Amino acid sequence: MIRVALPFHLRNLAGATGDVVLSVEGPATQRAVLDALEARFPVLRGTIRDQETQRRRAFLRFFACRRDLSLEDPDAPLPADVAEGREPFLVVGAVAGG
Amino acid sequence: MSGVRVLVGTRKGAFILTSDGGRGRWKVDGPHFAGWEIYHLKGSPADPDRLYASQSSAWFGQIIQRSDDGGRTWSPPGGGPTTTPEGMPIGQSNRFAYDVSPETGRPLTTHQWYDGTQHPWEFKRVWHLEPSPTDPDLVYAGVEDAALFRSADGGRTWGELAGLRGHESGPGWQPGAGGMGLHTIVLDPGDPRRIFIAISAAGVFRSDDGGETWAPKNRGLRSQYIPDPDAPVGHCVHRIAMHPSRPDTLFMQKHWDVMRTDDGGETWREVSGDLPSDFGFPIDVHAHEPETVYVVPIKSDSEHYPPEGRLRVYRSRTGGDAWEPLTEGLPQADCYVNVLRDAMCVDQLYPCGVYFGTTGGQVYVSPDGGDRWTPIVRDLPAVLSVEVQTLP
Repeated sequence: MIRVALPFHLRNLAGATGDVVLSVEGPATQRAVLDALEARFPVLRGTIRDQETQRRRAFLRFFACRRDLSLEDPDAPLPADVAEGREPFLVVGAVAGG
Repeated sequence: MSGVRVLVGTRKGAFILTSDGGRGRWKVDGPHFAGWEIYHLKGSPADPDRLYASQSSAWFGQIIQRSDDGGRTWSPPGGGPTTTPEGMPIGQSNRFAYDVSPETGRPLTTHQWYDGTQHPWEFKRVWHLEPSPTDPDLVYAGVEDAALFRSADGGRTWGELAGLRGHESGPGWQPGAGGMGLHTIVLDPGDPRRIFIAISAAGVFRSDDGGETWAPKNRGLRSQYIPDPDAPVGHCVHRIAMHPSRPDTLFMQKHWDVMRTDDGGETWREVSGDLPSDFGFPIDVHAHEPETVYVVPIKSDSEHYPPEGRLRVYRSRTGGDAWEPLTEGLPQADCYVNVLRDAMCVDQLYPCGVYFGTTGGQVYVSPDGGDRWTPIVRDLPAVLSVEVQTLP
């Protein structure tokens, strides 16, 4: 099971409380985790990745295990601590704006 | 006794203000979608319990919300855990994809960019939602970058009416400083095939075939900020308004100039008359007097606040040219707010109520056609849009 920590507004949109726990089939990659997240909460489609290009939205980052994974290949394996549920996959909004 | 429901979109959420027909005692409900920009929300004329809202964020993009109970509860249409037969999530209600299908013959075109190059259309947000006057499930969306979308299933799925963006003038359209948004949609109540839209900074276009094909309708507009002031396309139209009993007469607040047409947009003439400034954003028409028009003059395009720090609505009872200031109850000193294009509306009661919201967070009502004003609320986030529903 993989834990995903969403920012405040996306938690509210999804109606989730706390971290979202997902079951991911196959290798745990960014793409697989986000596919599983959107399958569970279709309202999140387009809010993290562009619906057409599947690219990460500009003001969001992906962190895990004290690393910034935002620019990693979306098909690269996530750290084992994320894949095995010991550490969350963090979706983080930029600290900017009024 | 009938009542009104005022739908207010702000920089940080939506608010719903309700009153009985006296429009003197108000209940304030909200914020809905707290922390999100709500560019616009509007109710269906065919079913007052059906509301649509455009919820957006620079971080998280576009969400469409719908209420089927007059705004008590909201949900993204089709946003629940529904899947296709293949098991993929549907979640199409947020998807505004420009039509590039070969069947429609509309490839993804480009438009003029600030540096003179051609730039592909990029969806940014929904500026305006216009429900059909007769079908609660039919709703149009005006978006940035400028295009018109249509949903016939209550907002679950959206398709572009690509003939507009594909018009031969499209590659010449340019964004203004506020972006290239399709911000006004006027549906002819007597002819469902006729649609007017306005784009900053392209101008007015009209379709007579339900949105398949479009023609610019800007003859008579003069704009000194474009190389050819009389060009057929390129004008920064801020807002157009129609009285439902006179679908060939429209009033326009342009970047500068207040205009009117009496032939469905074929020709426009200036009716700014004795206004203290003919710059502004909103314009609307009295519900029961088709020649009574309201604007809010703003000092200039460089200073987006009222002339002399005095907030005045101007009313013309002659369809333009002759205007009177309406000041009772409005601040007449040290007022430096703006009133944005979608932030003024009228109800259907007798006497007609007029409403507007400011970037300072006030929403004002005049229950007597503009003679006297009172604030319903004073301290909301900056108001982006105000719509009113007249309830039975």
